[in-house]
Amino acid sequence: MATDVTQQGLGQSRPEPTGFPGFEAGAPPAHHGLQRDIARRDAAESLERGLGWFSIGLGAAAVAAPRAVCWLSGLRSPTLMRMVGTRELAAGIGILTQRERAPWLWSRVVGDTFDLAALAVALAGRGRRGRAAVALAAVAGVTALDVLAAVRLTGNRAGRSIPGVSGRTDIYLERSIVLSKSPEECYRFWRSFENLPRFMQSLESVRQLDERRSQWVAKGPMATRVQWTSEITADRPGEELAWRTLDDSGAAHAGSVRFEAGPAGRGTIVRVSLHYSPLGGALGAGLVRLLGHDPQSRIREDLRRFKQVMETGEIPTTRGQPTGRRSLFGRVTQQWGLTV
Amino acid sequence: MKANVWYGREQLRVEDVPDPKILNPRDAIVRITSTAICGSDLHIYDGYIPGMLPGDIIGHEFMGEVVEVGSEVRNLKVGDRVVNPFPISCGACFFCSQSLFSLCENSNPNAWLAEKLWGHSPAGLFGYSHVLGGYAGGQAQYARIPFADVGPIKVPEDLSDEQVLFLSDVFPTGYMAAEQCGIRQGDTVAVWGCGPVGLFAIKSARLLGAERVIAIDRFPARLRKASQWAEAETLNYEQVDVAEALEVMTGGRGPDACIDAVGMEGHAHGLFGSYDRLKQTLLLESDRPPALRQAIKACRNGGTVSIPGVYGGFVDKIPFGAVVNKALTVKSGQTHVQRYLRPLLELVEKGSIDPSFVVTHRLRLEDAPRGYRMFRDKQDSCIKVVLKPWADVPTVEPDAPGETARILH
Repeated sequence: MATDVTQQGLGQSRPEPTGFPGFEAGAPPAHHGLQRDIARRDAAESLERGLGWFSIGLGAAAVAAPRAVCWLSGLRSPTLMRMVGTRELAAGIGILTQRERAPWLWSRVVGDTFDLAALAVALAGRGRRGRAAVALAAVAGVTALDVLAAVRLTGNRAGRSIPGVSGRTDIYLERSIVLSKSPEECYRFWRSFENLPRFMQSLESVRQLDERRSQWVAKGPMATRVQWTSEITADRPGEELAWRTLDDSGAAHAGSVRFEAGPAGRGTIVRVSLHYSPLGGALGAGLVRLLGHDPQSRIREDLRRFKQVMETGEIPTTRGQPTGRRSLFGRVTQQWGLTV
Repeated sequence: MKANVWYGREQLRVEDVPDPKILNPRDAIVRITSTAICGSDLHIYDGYIPGMLPGDIIGHEFMGEVVEVGSEVRNLKVGDRVVNPFPISCGACFFCSQSLFSLCENSNPNAWLAEKLWGHSPAGLFGYSHVLGGYAGGQAQYARIPFADVGPIKVPEDLSDEQVLFLSDVFPTGYMAAEQCGIRQGDTVAVWGCGPVGLFAIKSARLLGAERVIAIDRFPARLRKASQWAEAETLNYEQVDVAEALEVMTGGRGPDACIDAVGMEGHAHGLFGSYDRLKQTLLLESDRPPALRQAIKACRNGGTVSIPGVYGGFVDKIPFGAVVNKALTVKSGQTHVQRYLRPLLELVEKGSIDPSFVVTHRLRLEDAPRGYRMFRDKQDSCIKVVLKPWADVPTVEPDAPGETARILH
């Protein structure tokens, strides 16, 4: 558990947490919120899996016993029912086995629409209208769940496209690097926030406002600027530093950096965690823009630069060295591709 | 300044580029007095090294005079005569502190690219593709040396450029190849490839106490060098079956250690030779490894296969069953040059070895493209080309332009 700053004797009486934009009010920082986020993600996943198994059950029944299902639902054509069953089986298998579940959930929504239409026709016609009405209500209910699950998955685009991150609602990232300096040295350098722009590439400046709060300015894409105010939520010298953004922030997130002594005196393992929500609308968008489509790599590169500064006092570079004539492709590659 | 610039397969141009500047506090700039073409440069010339960009300045074996130092470089001063190792190493990371300099964790600005290719990134190298840092190389009139307080070594004035130049790469590379064999009294070492690295490996194996060294190549001039300079026994693989010959020469046991100083563009006859060429052309394998296959096959049980030859990507039909069942030790790596500079310089100073023996051709920097062609095609029995970036005065060049200055030992 991280220690409260007030217990570290920073001399400030800390106001109650004012709420964390993009998350529920009063949400604690990354490490403490993780359990809750995992629980939320698990709930979302169990709905998706439930729908998957439901598909398989219904599909199996419709394929194996089309007449019985027809009789139950008030529909007439066993052939049509077999086709519906096949479709359901495919969707179910897709949802349960594929990494990308969203298209399969959407295929269920499309199938539901078809079923609703077929049932509406049955309801309008003669025959077993009572059963058709019950079936219609049931399908409408399932459709609502399908839409809910599909929209939730699709909305979390950033979450889906990040390699190695399975979180579907909030994004929780962790990267680490090992370096040959003591945890205390690493902590000291990091704790002087004005050092951070030396190795965090998109950072322009960090200004300490008071003991706890600091003002951050970063370069976004296309000459935009992203700003936020952070407060320290845990500060254990030589071990850990945690922070989160305050209300007025343009890049809502919580984060921490831990400095663990490596095994047998092998320097320090520096672990950075970031926790943010791509669904935080305008609030979370700033960070998504800053970190780009591959935030893991961005953090990794910044950590590498931290190591370089700590171990060698400089960041190795080739920018500004002579070259022969570069083609347009060569210039673009060198500018954007190679030297990250 | 003038520099040798790579524009594509077999396309080199010596042209005017901006002079290098100090970019970091631990940089130094040297005015290059001698620079060599390395066998591994031929892989770039032939277009087999991934991650090259047209416009890259190449070359990684060079020496010269310090003309500028960054604010953090305390061990060098303007005017020092230095030889520069080809790997760039910070001197402070986990690997550098264990003298594994070519594995430096900090010197490759494009480490992520190397990680994609190999899992982890080794050190950045001079003039050897953007995967290995994209640093401008040393076939030029000036070069910027990052971490100049770690790499370059000062050399005494009484030794000529050619006696110390190869400390930058081929001499330590051959030496490390031999050292990795863990040579014991009575050992027989077989060396595939008698280019400069192979020749230095042969000589080093001798210095390290090998009883017999068997040199394998197909060019008589190179085999002659091996036998004259390092008393190696020689095998011309175009004339004899190497596997059979090694059997006979070692009483059926096989060499105690085998060194592959050929690398990714090996030549072979017969089925395997055509097989590799076809696969490499179709991009189904990046490297051709006939020498490595033979070395693994020929090595005695429990022996060592040492690989100074450069491989970049993927090879095919490596008899790994032989590695396992014969309990072989396989050792490789880019050379940890910084580790060998001082001890090998001492050997040169003592006169135990005169590295200038490998030089067959001296050309002006402007003639670099011709030098590459000659070296690649072994024209004129070419073994090692030294380029002189400031040779406006034809000190080593005959009057007729286009004529090669050659020194035949």
